Amino acid sequence: MSDTLARPAPQTTPSRGKVVTVRSRSPFRWVLRVVVIAYLFLLVIWPVALVAKATFSQGLAPVLDALQQPEVVFAFKLTLSVAFWAVLINTAFGIVISLLLVRYTFPGRRALSAMIDVPLSVSPIVVGLALLLVYSGRTGWMGRALESAGLQIIYAPPGMIMATAFVSLPLVIRELVPVLTEIGTEQEQAARSLGASPLQSFLRITLPAIKWALLYGVVLSLARSLGEFGAVKIVSGGVAMRTQTATLLVEERYQQFGVENTITAYTASFILALIAVLALVVVTSLRPKENQP
Amino acid sequence: MTASAVAPLVERPDAAPSPNRRGRWRRRRTTALTPVAGLGLGITMLWFSLLVLIPLIAILVQASSGGWQAYWDALTSPQTAAALRLTVSQALLVTLVNIVMGTAIAWVLVRDRFWGKQFLEVVIDIPFALPTIVAGLVLLSLYGPSSPLGVDWANTRVAVFLAFLFVTLPFVVRTVQPVLLELEPEVEEAAASLGASRYVTFRSIILPALAPAITSGAALSFARGISEYGSLVLLSGNLPYSTEVASVRILSYVEGDKLTEAAAVASILLVVAVLVIVVLDIISRRVARHV
Repeated sequence: MSDTLARPAPQTTPSRGKVVTVRSRSPFRWVLRVVVIAYLFLLVIWPVALVAKATFSQGLAPVLDALQQPEVVFAFKLTLSVAFWAVLINTAFGIVISLLLVRYTFPGRRALSAMIDVPLSVSPIVVGLALLLVYSGRTGWMGRALESAGLQIIYAPPGMIMATAFVSLPLVIRELVPVLTEIGTEQEQAARSLGASPLQSFLRITLPAIKWALLYGVVLSLARSLGEFGAVKIVSGGVAMRTQTATLLVEERYQQFGVENTITAYTASFILALIAVLALVVVTSLRPKENQP
Repeated sequence: MTASAVAPLVERPDAAPSPNRRGRWRRRRTTALTPVAGLGLGITMLWFSLLVLIPLIAILVQASSGGWQAYWDALTSPQTAAALRLTVSQALLVTLVNIVMGTAIAWVLVRDRFWGKQFLEVVIDIPFALPTIVAGLVLLSLYGPSSPLGVDWANTRVAVFLAFLFVTLPFVVRTVQPVLLELEPEVEEAAASLGASRYVTFRSIILPALAPAITSGAALSFARGISEYGSLVLLSGNLPYSTEVASVRILSYVEGDKLTEAAAVASILLVVAVLVIVVLDIISRRVARHV
């Protein structure tokens, strides 16, 4: 402190011990706060609110009518079932691969752990094209053989499930890996030395320890899966009442003329947005518990 | 507080844990594969190959199937080159905005206190959770033909910029936030008490500490930007030479049954995606070493 006394007095107040409180009253902080709130308001809050408003612009009746259209009901059922299978596959796969990455050494482990993240940064259109090149019944590497064996993948639900599983692949793993790293294996080893089978020790020791992380992973994957658009668009063909998911329905209806179609597009969007925000709220409200020791 | 749907990618199983876990972290113990684990690895690798590796390799094989000349021609055809230029330039621009605004938002969320801050926490993650087609509709409602602001940016390049800006919002915020949370205000107070101006404190104390996180967030937001598709469908009109981005170009090649050209453009996006992952991996290892 003695050197500071020798310097010319700083412009801030003399009570140096309370720098943080002094700063909180500074105009800089206010400006930053206002800029950030204005930015988020213009980019996210206001536009999202306007979609909710547009959905109910003609009152509740058209929205309820839209929800009863067979195409809409079908699209949401299909979306749910595709998302269900994709999440189920990713959860099983995610648990196994997280355990492998955290607890074992094997050649290619680092490459695998990096490759796991690729689906997050690659374009959904690229994902769709990649699956098309391999599984298309007409030109795909394996598609022809699979099709002659009676298994159609592209333009059918299996391809849509694969596309959805691809884009949401890392979400469960990225939740599980840090938790598994942290809990270590002591308790499991104790259980095993007391005679528990591997399955018992997994179900009674590991699973309870990772259940919250697993739940966040599943909720995030589900939200991502329900909203997948680009990859599914390429592999599904988007035929109404056959392979049209909710997001594809939004696109089709919005581009058609007429208030009714627009309201249908907005209604489906509103429901998808509602699910996304609910998933977000669930994740945000659950996560802090995990952070407390 | 750090609740986020976009957990920092920097956290990797074999890198050291992030600083906020330092205290509770136990040294990782790995063993060689047991037969059961080996079987598990075999099955998961089979699925991973069928789902991810083989299809992605198929893109590279298809792209090279016409030879180098065909590959080059596909990328330099005027319409495709225009799409690639637009995509890369808008993604760079958006990344720059995100570096500044993302850091500012993270700063406000961590250091400031005001009513409704928790609400902003949720708002940050909305673009990540919202289906991309809905994101397009959302932006269209404020910046489209029936905008209450009186602007109509639909089908213009501004729309592309806005769409990228919307979908990449969480990345820098969510990578910078945990680091900022760990940063001790005492160091800044010390600097200030030694006479450093706020600018000097920011440049020589805060910025170096945040740099790896900002770089990671920037890399993620660039990758997300160049690969964006869904939010543009309704918003940008996909006009050739004007608002058509790389993903849309790939799709129209696919619809025209020109798979080799589609794969050529896709290979560029794929290489960028993999490069970003590599950059993140290097950063996370470097940070881990310095912790």
